[in-house]
Amino acid sequence: METSFERNKRAIIRDGLIAGMPIVVGYLPIAIAYGVLAKQSGLTLMELTGMSLLVYAGAAQFMGAGMIGLGTGAIEIIIATFVLNFRHFVMSLSLMNRIRIFDKKWKLPLAMGLTDETFSVASIYGKQFNNKNGQYFYLTMMLSAYLSWVLGSLLGGLLGDVIPHSLSQSMGVALYAMFIGLLVPSIRKETKIVIIAVIAMVSNFIATPYLGQGWSIVLGTIVGAIAGVFVLREEGQA
Amino acid sequence: MIWIIIIGMALVTVIPRILPVFIVESVTFPKWMEKMLEAIPYAALGALIFPGIMGVIPNNAFAGIAGGVVAILLSYFRMHIILVVCGAIATVFLISSL
Repeated sequence: METSFERNKRAIIRDGLIAGMPIVVGYLPIAIAYGVLAKQSGLTLMELTGMSLLVYAGAAQFMGAGMIGLGTGAIEIIIATFVLNFRHFVMSLSLMNRIRIFDKKWKLPLAMGLTDETFSVASIYGKQFNNKNGQYFYLTMMLSAYLSWVLGSLLGGLLGDVIPHSLSQSMGVALYAMFIGLLVPSIRKETKIVIIAVIAMVSNFIATPYLGQGWSIVLGTIVGAIAGVFVLREEGQA
Repeated sequence: MIWIIIIGMALVTVIPRILPVFIVESVTFPKWMEKMLEAIPYAALGALIFPGIMGVIPNNAFAGIAGGVVAILLSYFRMHIILVVCGAIATVFLISSL
C-alpha cells in the first residue's frame, strides 16, 4: 500500500516538473544555438556536449566557444568565465540561506544546479522551502532544466539549426518573459518589491558600459538587495 | 587543450556556486543581512531582465521591449507562466518579421 509520504512525494515531483517547463522551453532553442555555434567554432560533439555537462552556464558557454574559435588563450577564457558567472555566488548565498532546514546532502546538488533561471524559479516558488520533502521539488525542477540544456546542446551540434533562425531568435525572449512572469506576481503581492527590481535594473544599466555585463549584474543585484534592507517589512516573507 | 579550457571553466563556475553551502553552514547572519539575502531574488530578476531584454533581436531593441510589455500584461492578468512565455515569443516573432 502506498504511504501518504510517497503520494506526497510524487505530487511534489510533478509540481517540480511543471515549474521547470518554462525553463525547458527557454533553454532548448538557446542550447541548440549554442551547439551550432560551438560546432562552427571548431569544437567536437564530445567537447561541446561536455562543456554543457560540466560548465552548465549559457552565456559563458557562448562566450567560451566563441573565444576558442578565435584562438584566445585558456587563462583569458577562464577568467572571463569566472567574471561572467560570479553572480551565481550571490544567488547561491540567498538560496542556501533559505534552505537551511534541508539535509546537507541535498544542498550540494541544489547549489550545483543553480543557474539564473533555476534560482529565480526556486526563490519565487518558496513555499516548498518549509516542506520536509521540498528538496524533491527543487531537484526535479533543476534536473529538467539541466537535461534540456545538455540535450539541446547535443541536438544543435548533431543536427545544426533544426529551428528556423527567425523563430529561434524570437524564442530568445522566453527566459526574459519567464523572469517577468516570476517578478510581476511578487510585485502584486508586495508592491514595494518593484523598488528593489527597478533599482537593480537601473544600476545594471548604468554600470554595464563601464564594468561589462558580468560585474554589472552582480552590482545591480547587490545594490537592489541593499535597497531591499530598507524596503522590505520586518517579517517580509513575500 | 580544449578540454583544459572546459575543465577550467567548469571549476571557476562551480566553486562560486557551492561555496555558499559551506558559508551558510558555519555563519549566522545579522538581521539586515538576512533581509538583504531575502531581497536578492527580486534584485537579481530586475538585473537579469534589463537591459538584457533589449538585445533579444540585435539592433531592434523595440522587439524585445514589446515582448517584455506583453509579458508584463499577461502576468499582471494572472496568466499561467507558460502562456506569458508563449505570448512574448509570438510578439517578438511578429514584430521582427514585419
